Amino acid sequence: MPQITVKAAINSIPTVTDFAVALLEEYQCDMRAQMQICVAIDEMFSNIAYYAYPNGEGEATVIASFDATDRLFSLTFIDSGIPYNPLEKADPDVTLSAEERQIGGLGIMMVRKTMDDMTYEYRDGQNVLTISKKI
Amino acid sequence: MNISKQLDNGCLTLVLQGRLDTTTAPLFEQELQNDLDGVTMLRLDFEQLAYLSSAGLRVILETQRRMNQQGSMVICHVSDTIKEVFDITGFSALLTVE
Repeated sequence: MPQITVKAAINSIPTVTDFAVALLEEYQCDMRAQMQICVAIDEMFSNIAYYAYPNGEGEATVIASFDATDRLFSLTFIDSGIPYNPLEKADPDVTLSAEERQIGGLGIMMVRKTMDDMTYEYRDGQNVLTISKKI
Repeated sequence: MNISKQLDNGCLTLVLQGRLDTTTAPLFEQELQNDLDGVTMLRLDFEQLAYLSSAGLRVILETQRRMNQQGSMVICHVSDTIKEVFDITGFSALLTVE
């Protein structure tokens, strides 16, 4: 399966995005799903970059897979940082006014609503987060 | 991301091109901080914006708060994908989208 290992840093996001977009184009993914997957990468990878390694630098691996029968595209994000399950994060209140609004939690909420499936497990000292979408 | 600007009599138009995400949102924020003094009408043109993530939403929300104090803000030429982001996050109720 295609995979890429990069520094768990914000400036790695374009590299991971390019990696996924090249595959999505090969799989003839429509533009809307492609954009939604790009947003999901930004949300998931920025979480890892900001929070996984509070005491220093680390790496993250992203593995892509594609089930041609179901046209299901999946990305698995793996890091060895502190255990963090983003799926446990509660959705923010999206009915508040501009002055009362907070941004925390909006990213994961968007990913939840635009992807078809998300799973998380902490396994062998690693955070393993998978997002999947029919394309 | 590229940002082009046009200032006309207190009305500032910013045309965003590319991705508004974690890596580019700080640039957008910086541009806005530098340019919003004295602006009473802010127009954000998203026609060439491919997508935006929550990092972009944060800057848009902060900008909307500021413009609520000093004038008005309009976002125009919003694609269906970006409109969907505004709808999912409840931002459609906070923003003026043309």
